[in-house]
Amino acid sequence: MSQETDAGPADATPAPRAAKGGSAPRSNARAQEARRRFIRTAVMSTAVVGAGLAGYLPVAAQADKPRLRPPGALDENDFLSSCIKCGQCVQVCPVEAIVLGDITDGFGIGVPHIESRAQACDFSCDAVQCILACPTGALVYRKPDFLKIRPGAELAHKPVLKAKANDPEPTLNLIERAGLARLSRPEACLATQGKGFKGQARGAGFKGQMRYMDVDRWAPIPVADHPYERDLCDLCVTECPIQDAIRLEVTEAADGSKRGIPVVMEQCVGCGVCEMICPVEPTAIVVDSRAVWEGEA
Amino acid sequence: MKGRFLEQIKLMLGQAPQKPAEISPEAQQIHKMKRLTKEDFEAMKKHVRDHALEKHTWRNRRWTVLILVNLLFTFSFWLDIQILEGALTASRFVGFHLIDLNSALQVMLAHKHIIVNLFIGTATVFLLWAALGGRSFCSWACPYHLVAEWFEALHLKLVEKKWVSDHQFHRGARTVMWVLFSLLALVTGFTVFETLSPTGILSRALIYGPSLALGWVALLLVFEVVYSRRAWCRYVCPIGLTYGAVGTISPVRVVYDLNHCFHEGDCRKVCLVPHVLEMVIKGRSPDVKVPVGPDCTRCGLCVDTCPSGALKFEVKGLNKLL
Repeated sequence: MSQETDAGPADATPAPRAAKGGSAPRSNARAQEARRRFIRTAVMSTAVVGAGLAGYLPVAAQADKPRLRPPGALDENDFLSSCIKCGQCVQVCPVEAIVLGDITDGFGIGVPHIESRAQACDFSCDAVQCILACPTGALVYRKPDFLKIRPGAELAHKPVLKAKANDPEPTLNLIERAGLARLSRPEACLATQGKGFKGQARGAGFKGQMRYMDVDRWAPIPVADHPYERDLCDLCVTECPIQDAIRLEVTEAADGSKRGIPVVMEQCVGCGVCEMICPVEPTAIVVDSRAVWEGEA
Repeated sequence: MKGRFLEQIKLMLGQAPQKPAEISPEAQQIHKMKRLTKEDFEAMKKHVRDHALEKHTWRNRRWTVLILVNLLFTFSFWLDIQILEGALTASRFVGFHLIDLNSALQVMLAHKHIIVNLFIGTATVFLLWAALGGRSFCSWACPYHLVAEWFEALHLKLVEKKWVSDHQFHRGARTVMWVLFSLLALVTGFTVFETLSPTGILSRALIYGPSLALGWVALLLVFEVVYSRRAWCRYVCPIGLTYGAVGTISPVRVVYDLNHCFHEGDCRKVCLVPHVLEMVIKGRSPDVKVPVGPDCTRCGLCVDTCPSGALKFEVKGLNKLL
């Protein structure tokens, strides 16, 4: 502890000066303490910087399976560098789809992402509020010129939001997709098996919410409060908030039975509603984050 | 006093305090007088001691402000009152952008592109803390400061019982960290420091709920309790240095008055940055009235502690106005 002497506090001597031998002669004990402190400081500084750099490991590990970022996010590394980790995007989202990364995400700590299966972005804010909220341009309507758009990430035209179809301006201000939906387990898909669906899409305990235009345009409700009844399951298609993003291709067998297969189209922005609403466990359709359009599968 | 300004900046960057090269004639006279009348001096000191009240005025004010600021963040989200949205790293106060200077620096260096809102928020916060004292951000707003203060009390108790001792580091480490983390942001393109910043972690945890990252904060606190007093704030955190730099021009500061000082050193025992109180050591004060340097967090613990009122808050220029 610091004592009140004319010699000053114990932290007064920088080690290098002691080593060179300052103008005033110093006792061995003080020189030794200064040396110890110097070593201690070097070890501590290395440990702190090392701990900081360790944040790269999760980033590298997630490189081939990146998290789904909110709409308008810059490409992964640019997003990590430009995000100031404040969570303002979290606060404006009406369905609370955006969650922040933890320390297990390394440099991605405090950086927003979307867990579509639990709660997808259904654009119930109409205006992509998270982009509006972002103070640093990590989420943007239009990228700055020096950042290039990856081929296939650009949408052919601004996506039309079904909920706004009758508004004077029906489109979302989005230029790029966040990812792309993919029928990952066609064998499990109810439609491909010719099955219908009746009941709560994700069961009674599911906490996810969605905006239903026939209920209330401005107040999303729990998916559990909105049961469905379909002869042939087409929830991923009907609940998709974007026009021309996914369709159900139906084939009719000779006996009159129908089978369908969901086909993802160019306008898919990767919002993840299809992944959230799919009643099969685990889901038959997923969103591949950062995936680009390479033509219809 | 012009040389003193630079000296204080060097002190903040980690240089050891130096004996003053020049002491004003008035101060010399007081120094001398204090030596001449030792018995009278002791009697006066005892008198002041006996009449000193234990007070926590500034600490209580500061804790109240700090807690209210952080709760305002929390409730703006929880209760949707939308007054202060975001976290300490960046927020909107009734719509106005506020952006933490160190976080802004990290993002600017990593991303190398500054949009208008980022600039506005940073400039606003710069002006705000330039006026309010720079490092007063640390003691009046940073949630880690408060938690660390509580754990510091525990550390001091253990030191008293001789179970642990305070291992000091070289204060220059913080300057090195500041440079290193800036370089890392610039070179790697990642905001490396944010991964470790207990300020950001705690602020987000208070608003968005607990996270695993709190484990890192707990680790830091344990380290501070058992090994080194207030190690993060004293030797590591670049946020403190960033705000310290802003505070160099601040009118809000603590001022030392040699006339009222009995050189007992209580102020230096409670201070997070005792090197800024070098002048309270007997014979060291270069002048009768000496403002405390920019590394001071304006926490007011010394003001509360001083039994004879030798340390007081002052707003430069305001005294002349009033």
